[in-house]
Amino acid sequence: MRRGPAGPGLRVVAPGAAIDRLFRRESGRAVASLIRVLGDFDLAEEAVQEAWIVALERWPKDGVPRNPGAWITTTARNRAIDRLRRARVLEEKRVQLAALEALGGDADEPDRFPDDRLRLMFTCCHPAIAAEARVALTLRTLGGLSVPEVARAFLVAEPAMAKRLVRAKRKIAVAGIAYRVPEEHELPHRMPSVLAAVYLIFNEGYAATAGEALVRRELCAEAIRLGRLLVELMPARPEPRGLLALMLLHHARRDARVDADGRLVLLSDQDRTLWHAGEIDEGRALAATAAPDRYGLQAAIAAENVAAAADWARVAALYARLAAIDPSPVIELNRAVAVAMDEGPERGLALIDAIGGLDGYHLLHSARADLLRRLGRSQDARLAYERALELAANPVERAFLEQRRDALSDPAA
Amino acid sequence: MKYLLTIYDDQSMWGDAQPGDVNAMMDGYRQFGEEVHANGAYVAGEGLEPVSTATTVRVKGDERLVTDGPFAETKEQLGGFYLLDCKDLDEAIEYAARIPGAQSGCVEVRPVRVFAS
Repeated sequence: MRRGPAGPGLRVVAPGAAIDRLFRRESGRAVASLIRVLGDFDLAEEAVQEAWIVALERWPKDGVPRNPGAWITTTARNRAIDRLRRARVLEEKRVQLAALEALGGDADEPDRFPDDRLRLMFTCCHPAIAAEARVALTLRTLGGLSVPEVARAFLVAEPAMAKRLVRAKRKIAVAGIAYRVPEEHELPHRMPSVLAAVYLIFNEGYAATAGEALVRRELCAEAIRLGRLLVELMPARPEPRGLLALMLLHHARRDARVDADGRLVLLSDQDRTLWHAGEIDEGRALAATAAPDRYGLQAAIAAENVAAAADWARVAALYARLAAIDPSPVIELNRAVAVAMDEGPERGLALIDAIGGLDGYHLLHSARADLLRRLGRSQDARLAYERALELAANPVERAFLEQRRDALSDPAA
Repeated sequence: MKYLLTIYDDQSMWGDAQPGDVNAMMDGYRQFGEEVHANGAYVAGEGLEPVSTATTVRVKGDERLVTDGPFAETKEQLGGFYLLDCKDLDEAIEYAARIPGAQSGCVEVRPVRVFAS
């Protein structure tokens, strides 16, 4: 590794792809500040795009700046100033120019830049914006993903995604959605849509039925980064802690979830040495101080799942509390599985058979199959695996179900 | 007696129209405005931003349901309106959620269009 020119900060030279990634990861801060100053998403995005071109040219030669976020903000700000001056409609642009010039100046003094990312997050996730557009807008502006990348992540055609983004930005401008962090009394109405958007990004990466594996994993990492940002920028709030804990505790098991052949591995069969211990510790600590909302309760369940010996009675009780907030047959199914672990398969099976409206859900049939197998009812178990296979779309899950079915003892034997 | 007259038309027509047609339409509105002003009938009237900028607010108990898009339920009908001056959409939503109709039905919030002078 080569050192860049001597200066106040250590500068490290990185290859092109790494620069691209680092730039996009750090660009959210610049986008957030420029939107505040310019009051215009497109102008802010264009200025940051120009800064990216400068970075691609300079960073390989001079090294990555010590504070890339501040460097990007300064460079993009300067580009925006140039652009406004060139536009020569100075009378109208004077206010924007003055605001830009007032926006910090020294890339090596990052503390001079206010962090506007939280207001960008709340604006992108405003409940008056369509839910699917909130997620796309968040990934585009705070995650620095390009429009084709966002489109690919959600399996939407590129022009449709571009249109969705344009419409959302237009709604923000025309409907008068304010660019600010909501006040304390507004948070109960505003926090849920922010948390939901981040969790949706995570789930899209975690539980997708199709798509490229690499993009998927990046989405999980991006959601965790956004969750971390929320925890960092709202340290007094317990809600983001539950969400971050939940995501970390799931993501920490990514390398153990599928085996070398891409087959799904059950939690109880996973090689725990493949779990990311640091992430699990962090997730556990966060879960302990999280709000008892839908994320906090799920995080507490996830923390039990990674414990040396899960307390299944507690897991069942946590699912019951979750069902009280968010009644759903899927939660009932999970509670039934926890009860089966705690009180035996017979009791779990009775609970599963009492659930209505979930016959089209493959996981109900695979859970039933597993309990039937444990009760020694191989023939019934086989039928349940067959039904699950009719419904499962994910190839990894299908392979798992086939393997389970084929491992059943031959009923004729 | 006071009457609220609401105008329903195909919004795509504005995007597809020739400048001449738009001008003819605007002239028509101007004439109508002058006429009702002169007759003393005019109380308030505005053009609205397109329906794509609408937000619908519904209140169920403590829960506030804010959704992107216009109100679209044929069972419930337009029953009244307020024209409010708010600092941003959040303030408008705050008021909308306090209108009793938001609990029994819903309130659609539409930004009033500012025409370039």
